Amino acid sequence: MAEPLIIARQVAKYFGDFPALRSIDLEVQAGEALALLGRNGAGKSTLLQLFAGLSQPTSGAIELRVGGSDFRQSVGVLGHGQWLYDDLTAAENLNFFAQLYAVQDAPGKIDSWLELTGLSRFRDSRVNEFSRGMRQRLAIARAFLHEPRVLLLDEPWTALDDRAIRFLSDRMTEARQRGATLVVCSHQLREALEVADRVAVLDRGRLAYVEEVSEALRANPDSLYERLS
Amino acid sequence: MTEFLRLSWAVAAKDLRVEMRNREALNAAFAFALTVLLLFSFAFDPIVNPDARAMSGGLLWVVYAFAGILALNRSFARETANDCMSALAAAPISGAAIFAGKAFANGLLLLALELLSLPMFGVFYDVRWLARFPELALILALGATALTVIGTMFGAVTANSRLRELMLPVLVLPLALPALMACVKLTTLIFAGEPIGDSFVWLKLLISFDVIFGLLGATLLEYVIES
Repeated sequence: MAEPLIIARQVAKYFGDFPALRSIDLEVQAGEALALLGRNGAGKSTLLQLFAGLSQPTSGAIELRVGGSDFRQSVGVLGHGQWLYDDLTAAENLNFFAQLYAVQDAPGKIDSWLELTGLSRFRDSRVNEFSRGMRQRLAIARAFLHEPRVLLLDEPWTALDDRAIRFLSDRMTEARQRGATLVVCSHQLREALEVADRVAVLDRGRLAYVEEVSEALRANPDSLYERLS
Repeated sequence: MTEFLRLSWAVAAKDLRVEMRNREALNAAFAFALTVLLLFSFAFDPIVNPDARAMSGGLLWVVYAFAGILALNRSFARETANDCMSALAAAPISGAAIFAGKAFANGLLLLALELLSLPMFGVFYDVRWLARFPELALILALGATALTVIGTMFGAVTANSRLRELMLPVLVLPLALPALMACVKLTTLIFAGEPIGDSFVWLKLLISFDVIFGLLGATLLEYVIES
């Protein structure tokens, strides 16, 4: 039995009077891939932000058991905003984040990720010249570059074509093979269920249910939301 | 300490690279400084009114303060595009290292602005600023540091505000007033050819200001970024 790596206990998050999350109890086991699903406004991104330490819960507690002096070294985050500097080139963006995360053999890894993402030809082009899909691929490289133990991915398949979706799924599989834990929130049910071991469905800020991903569920992903009122 | 300096330098180098590429802060601040210096030279013509030279230190620092605010406004504003502030918050870098890196880059920009506009000031006001340049350079550097540490700290606070351009001067200038007063006093003495030894207390005030607010900014930025 794997140890829980991320633990949420009675987590609530309010924005003013609006309850974005209410009484969330959830454990993410080390090495598993958890899909956080739910309709718009369900609280998926808010919960992911709490896991990443980007926001603090209004009440309750989040625990990340990754060890080390700074948990942020072990976490890779792909957020809505892509977190890229428009006036830097693709290589300069990756180099900056490699410096922040003290990546060993940074030049080699940057070259390798630019190759993997199909951005080698654009390594010296500024990000403000990139299409949305190219930005997303570079943002994926940024999140994976330091080989984090925990990957928190918010809508990772957004703006990706079928080949890039395949590429991302392969990278997720590789990350899991080296023991990484994945938490993915997405509206793209088919892709999310393909990589996930378990699914947690949020509904209007509450955790509606958590269950193992079965072949039956993968065959009929829409059934996930049919149980919600 | 080595790790702190390495991370600070990464932030500073990134900011300077972005600024050198688009020069949006430096160009805007330099254009503003030139325009105001020119207008002041008409309003307070030192040839018609020799007493105007006694105000030269004050006029110079009014220009530097407002032009500096223009440049400082961009420091954290560029972190709001693509939510890069979250990237810094999620990365294993302390608020103090971010502050040090950003303050260093901002300080260099302000110093460049001061040095670029100083010759124009010399021409418009017939001031021989090269005569005591080492002393003047020290005051310029300490004054730039004062504006930088306060501006960097409040730049982070106002970064996500819709009224960022308005809020930064409102917050920075009153707090920077003691440092600006010291800069005005010392610069005027230098331009007048008088020794600054008698006003050494102003120099001590300026240095103390830089140290105290530098440490305060480094301590507080962690909380600002978290919130």
